[in-house]
Amino acid sequence: MQTKPLALRILDILAIVLLGISAYLALNAPTERVMGEVQKVFYFHIGTAWTALLGFILAGVFSVIYLITKDLKWDRFQVAAIEVSLVFFLITIVLGSIWARPAWNTWWTWDPRLTTAAVTELIYVAYFMLRQGIDDPDRRARFGAVYALVGGLSAPITFFAIRLFRTIHPVVIGGTNPEADGGFSMTPDMRSAFFFALFAFSIIFIDLFWNRIRLGDLQEKVEQLKLKVSM
Amino acid sequence: MFFQEPTPDTSGYMIAGYVIAFLVMGLYVASIYLRSRNLHQDMAVLEEMEKPAPVVQPQAKSQPGKKGPARSKNNTSVRPVTKKSRKK
Repeated sequence: MQTKPLALRILDILAIVLLGISAYLALNAPTERVMGEVQKVFYFHIGTAWTALLGFILAGVFSVIYLITKDLKWDRFQVAAIEVSLVFFLITIVLGSIWARPAWNTWWTWDPRLTTAAVTELIYVAYFMLRQGIDDPDRRARFGAVYALVGGLSAPITFFAIRLFRTIHPVVIGGTNPEADGGFSMTPDMRSAFFFALFAFSIIFIDLFWNRIRLGDLQEKVEQLKLKVSM
Repeated sequence: MFFQEPTPDTSGYMIAGYVIAFLVMGLYVASIYLRSRNLHQDMAVLEEMEKPAPVVQPQAKSQPGKKGPARSKNNTSVRPVTKKSRKK
């Protein structure tokens, strides 16, 4: 059995510790007066959204590198980035929906930000369905790369949706939208919990990404071994 | 200040949010672990299959002192056909 590198083991432990500290800071941050305790999901909501959108863009970059080099290693990097981002973005959407129920009095509304977020999530669910349907590894990687490259455009569109369109979704940092509902200004304690969550989720993302790459490498080895044995 | 609305109790939503976030992350970590474990098992089986099969040594000829396989006296089916036997 392949042993984990020491750096990855340390990163695993660090990720767990940072997640714990981030949850502690978020839960002990001051309570927002209008929304109450539910506002505290905001720290994880933004932390996961930030890393997920970054992961989707990163996958687009890996796609370009794969299309240039034709090295399947970049395909495995791309799959890893998309899979971890997909999980994080699911958490973002669910937390947003939970926050919206008391803040907007509805679980879901077809607001530009929510719509673009849902479309992004579905684009990457379809990405895995596409890959499942192709047996040839080179063809699968090529199709996946082109798809991830085009799909990667949905990440900046989702990010800028609240800045470009009329929306009720609040822009917490640098937001001046009068239509936004549920916005608030952060106290220093809230700010420190917020930035710590961004840092913690970045480290958690790197840790999961590395673990997922190792899984992809193992899958590749098993597939090669299967071919060797069947010959 | 006199007409200020009290802060609503939305702690249930907050707890639900954090439970779901931890649950989803936990399930994903478990899925990575299980997939990795299954792949390691597959790899062990495939490596075992890949090993060249052990060469079967032909059985050593029976030693003069040793008895060969049991054979009935009346069994003539394996005897070579000779001119004598044809005449019979």
